[in-house]
Amino acid sequence: MTTLSAGAVRRRAARLPRGALVGAVVAVWVLLWIPLRGRDTLELSTSELTPLHERVNDLRDAINSSRGSSPVFTAFFDVIRQAVDALTVFLQSLISQPAYGRPVPLIGWLGVVAVATLCAYAVGNLRVAVLTAAGFTSFGLLGYWQQSMDTLALTLAAVLICLLIGIPLGIWAGLSDRLHRVLTPVLDFMQTMPTFVYLAPLTLFFLIGPASGVIATLIYAMPPVIRITAHGIRTVALSSVEAGTSLGATKWQLLRTVRVPLAKRTIVLGVNQTVMCALSMVTIAALIDAPGLGQVVLRALQTLDVGTAFSAGLAIVIMAIVLDRVTTAARDRVETQYRLGPKARGRRRVTLAGLGVGAAVSLYLSYTYVWAAFFPGPDSGGVVGGQVASGVTQASDWVQVHLGAVTDAIRNAISYGLLNPLQSLIAESPWYLVSTVVLALAWIVAGARIVPTVAVCLGLLVATGLWQEAMVTLAATLVATVIVMALGVVVGVWMGRSDRADGLIRPTLDAAQVMPAFVYLVPFLGLFGASRFTAIVAAVVFAAPVAIKLVADGVRGVPATVVEAATASGSSSWQVITKVQLPLARQSLTLAANQGLIYVLSMVVVGGLVGAGALGYLVVAGFSQSDLYGKGLAAGVAVVLLGVLLDRTTQAAARRFGADVGNRG
Amino acid sequence: MSRVGIGRFVAVLAVGALALTACGSKIENSGSTSPSKAACGTVNIAVNPWVGYQADAAVIAYIATKELGCTVTKKNLTEEVSWQGFGTGAVDVVLENWGHPDLKKTYIDEQKVAVEYGLTGNKGIIGWYVPPWLAQEHPDITDWNNLNKYADKFKTSESGGKGQLLLGDPSFVTNDEALVKNLKLDFKVVYAGSEAALIQAFRTAEQQKQWMIGYFYEPQWFLSEVKLVHVNLPAYTEGCDADPAKVACDYAPYDLDKIVSKKFADSGSPAAALIKNFQWTNEHQNAVALDIAVNKLSDDDAAKKWVEANPDVWQAWIKN
Repeated sequence: MTTLSAGAVRRRAARLPRGALVGAVVAVWVLLWIPLRGRDTLELSTSELTPLHERVNDLRDAINSSRGSSPVFTAFFDVIRQAVDALTVFLQSLISQPAYGRPVPLIGWLGVVAVATLCAYAVGNLRVAVLTAAGFTSFGLLGYWQQSMDTLALTLAAVLICLLIGIPLGIWAGLSDRLHRVLTPVLDFMQTMPTFVYLAPLTLFFLIGPASGVIATLIYAMPPVIRITAHGIRTVALSSVEAGTSLGATKWQLLRTVRVPLAKRTIVLGVNQTVMCALSMVTIAALIDAPGLGQVVLRALQTLDVGTAFSAGLAIVIMAIVLDRVTTAARDRVETQYRLGPKARGRRRVTLAGLGVGAAVSLYLSYTYVWAAFFPGPDSGGVVGGQVASGVTQASDWVQVHLGAVTDAIRNAISYGLLNPLQSLIAESPWYLVSTVVLALAWIVAGARIVPTVAVCLGLLVATGLWQEAMVTLAATLVATVIVMALGVVVGVWMGRSDRADGLIRPTLDAAQVMPAFVYLVPFLGLFGASRFTAIVAAVVFAAPVAIKLVADGVRGVPATVVEAATASGSSSWQVITKVQLPLARQSLTLAANQGLIYVLSMVVVGGLVGAGALGYLVVAGFSQSDLYGKGLAAGVAVVLLGVLLDRTTQAAARRFGADVGNRG
Repeated sequence: MSRVGIGRFVAVLAVGALALTACGSKIENSGSTSPSKAACGTVNIAVNPWVGYQADAAVIAYIATKELGCTVTKKNLTEEVSWQGFGTGAVDVVLENWGHPDLKKTYIDEQKVAVEYGLTGNKGIIGWYVPPWLAQEHPDITDWNNLNKYADKFKTSESGGKGQLLLGDPSFVTNDEALVKNLKLDFKVVYAGSEAALIQAFRTAEQQKQWMIGYFYEPQWFLSEVKLVHVNLPAYTEGCDADPAKVACDYAPYDLDKIVSKKFADSGSPAAALIKNFQWTNEHQNAVALDIAVNKLSDDDAAKKWVEANPDVWQAWIKN
């Protein structure tokens, strides 16, 4: 305890000037803002274009008109398109679309459920096998069997391609520092560039069809597997590699027998993240006619049919949870399979054989008989889908009618009390003042090395011609992140301290993360109106789960002995939390803030759909209006720049905190 | 589970399966296509994301499939992407086009991959609307001259101290920012960002008697739920919207039209003739749209209902 409190004292002493400096910078900012307000804000009205935006439009037109004649298109893009189309159509004809002259796909529902269960058991365990069987059956019960299978086929196609390219690339990037350096900004770009920006051009290159949907999905879903694989290869213990080298292993042998096997667990985590990202693209890919559940959600949105959107969204959530649990179980099995005794291994083999026979019989039945091919139940809504939909619709209507007054008050309190003043300060200050302040703050919290990166980002933001819009978006992003962190700390600490709370809350967090935002936008609009606050709430729903989970893990990671010692010396729960658990979980907290920011930023476009205006709206408008294409692209780039700026700064700050704690610990 | 248990389980499963095979009906391969199908071929119809369009597509698809034996593929796309589809060959038909002179210039005049194919008969009206309760309590609000009088009432957390004018779908080219400026209105344009956001805003405003004014359009299924009232801006005259920066008049009425790909127009398909002749009224479209949006009929059922009720209308489309 004595070392700990001494450390805490010293830390406070070290932090004080930093906090004071930040305060001083903000105070100077406010003082300068009063006389300079409204000057040099680089405002641009919504329909106005800069020469840059016009040049992008021209470039788009040039590509558009030369598409047919250029040999680059016919040779390069068409080959890719045909290959991706062939793979996707093959998967669809297996499980979702009528094919080979049959009125149904080759494998009916019974066969799919049986094979999925078998696969889940083969890579995981009995528990996830049962979950898989139940999950897949629920698609049919909700009345969305075929749409779910279309979604599954598209997701599988995208994930397969991601793994085929991503794992080798990730291994390479794990071995080569140079490739890693080149790849990182490219991956950042792929992950933070709003999909709306490249959705329309994709159909120019790859036509309207399955290929475009799959490629849109894999652009977003590939980065995690590359990053995490590279990370896995990099973090293989040096001692293991040295042991291999000393035994005279060649570079290739070392990779095959030491690095990849030891990184396997991490690589499977990358696969898991890629699957999740692919599923999160379901609704957006539906905007360019990708078949499946996304279509149902979008169509329901046109008539504000919350219930139908929810039950299709529920099917997506179930699919995500099943795939997540199966890949997580697969990751754990990588470790446990070596520890199984011969008896347990034998039992496993028998169960596998049993499931295998069952799957073979089911495959035959579902190929041959109507009852095993079409999921039984009414045509629309399925067995329970109709009830789910009407229940949700009623609940959402009730909430909107009865809670309207309360939610209006909340919106006004946050908007007038926090958002409007902050936005006024950030977006109505001259651009050079904001830039200077941001540079100073970055220097103070993250060190001098971050300053060039921040300066470049700010310069490019000015160059996009959308400075003020970017500042409006930044203000809303900051407010959302504050709320995310507040939730993250409160709920995260609760979950970290109680297993019961954790078990109860975690599935809800998973659902909130994978439920397509389009599903809950309508009820939120009903509650909070078309406003920036609605966008903030949507972003919080998406981003808070990550922050909460990270904080919970951090609190859980505090050694039990330390907590016990504090309790034994008479500290109250409050003291244990504020004096021991939170300070020791500080690195998790900064990581949570970093991830919270990035996740909030990835909802900017969704925010544009519900009244947040600014960059998000411009991206959407660029997707729908051909004249605004260039401006939408610039807005997308501005989102990426904000993302890079915030990510690099918070990461550098986190490293600095980590180093501080490390030096003193 | 023990080895015996598994064996028994498999046996039970097998017996059960055999029993089921005895009573289930087998899947038949679908028969070869009939000759009339071959004559029509496949028609790719773009379906843009609003219910009125969906109604058009439902009826055309129903008649083309049932009466002409065509294979209809509907593609759910936004307007911009649909037009791109003319060039790449993925789209044959856009059934309800709202203006879009820029797209017409690119794809009809320059690339020559699409052609205009006549009017749908539907009249599109764009303008500013208020919820019915407001028009009832303050009848003078439907005249733009009185808008400034009420500007205070339209304030929200988003409008920076002015009245809020809510815009919706980003796919429409709007003059509202210019209108507010040129009519010297004390309002700020706020972008709701999607049709759903706009409809929900009007719905809440009517339910809870909130002050609200926003951009809307007809034909739209929502008007049958809440009959929004049009606010009169200075009347539209030919050419008053020529300079986008100086617009000070209401939106031009749209005659919605059909666009098809050049290839499809030249194909001689009976579906091309059907689409060329297709013409109906706002009432017709609203009836089908209402069945889809509010009565929750599937596209096909809604189309069937209308087709059975209006044989004289659609039979004129396939007579040639």
